[in-house]
Amino acid sequence: MKRRTLLGGTIAAALLGLSPGADAQQPPIRIGMSMPLTGGLAGGGKASLLGIEIWRDNVNAKGGLLGRKVELVVYDDKSSASETPAIYSKLIDIDKVDLLFAPYATVPTAPIMPMVKQRGLLLIGNFSFQVNSKVGHDMWFNNAPWGPADSWAASFLDIAQKAGGKSIALLAADQEFAQNLAKTARELATKRNMPIVFDQAYPPNTVEFSSIVRAIKATKPDIVYVASYPPDSAGILRAVNEIGIGDSVKVFGGGMVGLQFGAVMENLGSLLNGVVNYNSWLPEKSMYFDGTKEFFETYAKRAVEAKVDPLGYYLAPFGYASGQLVEQAVNAVGSLDQKAIAKYLRENTHKTIVGPIAFSADGERKETAVLQAQFRGVVDKNMEQFRNAGKQVILFPENLRSGELIAPFEAARK
Amino acid sequence: MTRWGWPGTQASRRSRGLQLFSMDLLLDAIVIGVLLGCFYGAVSLGLSVSFGLLDVPHVAHPAFLVMASYAVFFLNEQYGVDPLVAGVLITPILFVFGLAAYRLYYETFEKRGSDAGVRGIAFFFGVAFIIEVLIILQFGVDQRSVTAAYIGKAWRLGDIRIPFRLLVAFVVAGALTILLTLYLSRTFMGRAIRAVAQDQEALRLMGANPIRVKQWAFGIATAVLGVSGALLIIVAPVDPTLDRAYIGRTFCVVVMAGLGSISGTLVAAIILGVAESIVLTMFGASWAPAISFAMLLGVLAVRPQGLFGRRS
Repeated sequence: MKRRTLLGGTIAAALLGLSPGADAQQPPIRIGMSMPLTGGLAGGGKASLLGIEIWRDNVNAKGGLLGRKVELVVYDDKSSASETPAIYSKLIDIDKVDLLFAPYATVPTAPIMPMVKQRGLLLIGNFSFQVNSKVGHDMWFNNAPWGPADSWAASFLDIAQKAGGKSIALLAADQEFAQNLAKTARELATKRNMPIVFDQAYPPNTVEFSSIVRAIKATKPDIVYVASYPPDSAGILRAVNEIGIGDSVKVFGGGMVGLQFGAVMENLGSLLNGVVNYNSWLPEKSMYFDGTKEFFETYAKRAVEAKVDPLGYYLAPFGYASGQLVEQAVNAVGSLDQKAIAKYLRENTHKTIVGPIAFSADGERKETAVLQAQFRGVVDKNMEQFRNAGKQVILFPENLRSGELIAPFEAARK
Repeated sequence: MTRWGWPGTQASRRSRGLQLFSMDLLLDAIVIGVLLGCFYGAVSLGLSVSFGLLDVPHVAHPAFLVMASYAVFFLNEQYGVDPLVAGVLITPILFVFGLAAYRLYYETFEKRGSDAGVRGIAFFFGVAFIIEVLIILQFGVDQRSVTAAYIGKAWRLGDIRIPFRLLVAFVVAGALTILLTLYLSRTFMGRAIRAVAQDQEALRLMGANPIRVKQWAFGIATAVLGVSGALLIIVAPVDPTLDRAYIGRTFCVVVMAGLGSISGTLVAAIILGVAESIVLTMFGASWAPAISFAMLLGVLAVRPQGLFGRRS
């Protein structure tokens, strides 16, 4: 009896002795992902990753998840869709990570969807657009604010129609994401009996947009909806500034990727004025939630060291929010059971630094939180100006609105 | 992604195509095309020497070009130097860099035998990737652009508006072509370069060292990139991986011109620019990239030596 107690005591003491160090002894929870760290999407990918890393550091400082440290396993996918299937196979089969995050953007994400569905794995999406619409994976949750497929184009067309716009010109990059955007805009315009006077896809690597802008101008549209990728957005706006787009145009923009990034905005400066474009987060009063301010304080410091977008509004807070989603779900479920985590994510509303997030059945936001904002009073070569409210006036959604549209486009540019 | 037809809009697109075929739009497309072609010519001139004359499979040419653009960006951003002046300033450095690059290529690859061509491509691809990574480490992955009085403004000519930055490309391309042609035809070294391109062995028999001539020529081909790189970043913003977009275009221009023809390079580039611009304006942007290669195939089928090439 005595011996047993002693033995028990020894074991208990050993366990107690171990327990403070248990965190270190237990294997970390590993979250695997690829990220565009080079190539055309790298500007966004690096900022997004920094957001996720800030979450990791915060959660580890609080003692980790389920008492285990969180570790990220990240590979560079070079912004290429051909790299991601191999990377995710490696993450799943060789690295055997516990959870998967998708890479930033639509194009690198699309080819891994069938595999993830087939394996029945949870995947937290990172700003891809409609990659799950045909795959129908029920364990996909996108951190992006897009919401229902057509809400993006709808919000832009609403604004344009309110300003008296009827005919529409569509210009889209010839790749998945931009074409998806153009498609919804095309369908909506047809549904609303808005004549489409120009409808073209331009190939990646287009150097000079003067000819295209001239062709759009010749069709005298009321609305110009542009779905472009970062390397081209700057070229398009430059050409618009030089060639002019005509007095008929009331609203210009919509889906231009790139104008959300600090370096691009700084470079374009006053060329941005008047453009109405989508965004995800802006430093307007209505956009601050629990932890948002603190996040950007940390981000601003670390962005300098990491040589990434000093503003980081577009992706970084959503990267952090991806972490928050997983953190809340894992803590609530109490395990890493992916089915249970998915169920929790689907059934609850989650508090994040980008506002409350609730998912619909397809894993996208129940309600769109995509902002449409108009650039105002932007001057050349000044990054700091974008930290102030009022440089990008939010026109949509209604509950976040911070001003009225100035139209026509040419008037708004002055 | 599979492409969908535009249901319901196909007919309207066609009629619009006809309506769009107005004279002023066509004229506009031609003017912009000529200017764009000059720009293509300017960025291909160096390759016309290194690949056209020297037979060096210089796939890192566009990477050198982008590197020069970043040097121009650095001088413009830090010291407010005008991009074109910056391009001239870095020319001597690029010349030395070219000399070193060729020596490295020669010692490690060209010297060693018959399969040097294929291995040379591997070498230059490797160099291109290293340059990309170095640029990313130094400048980050973001797009960069320069500021100058002539960027972002246009010249009004009746109904046509011509971006000044393209006019700059036009003037610079013309000047570069003339300079390079004069250099190759009037100077001793220039003629030596032409000689080495025609018959390396003959040069050796004359007691000259063909490798040194080739090295010098490669230096010239790289030095030209100073101003070409300035044009690249003047015409459009530059990012570290932009070189990939230019590999096809520059080689296409040089081969279509006929290997080694300097003035031919400019003419071929202008033909390409005009064709691309007309297609872009009149028929739809999707077709534009196919144009350069379709034209290349067409030219090679009719004239295997290229438009202005003399060698078979």
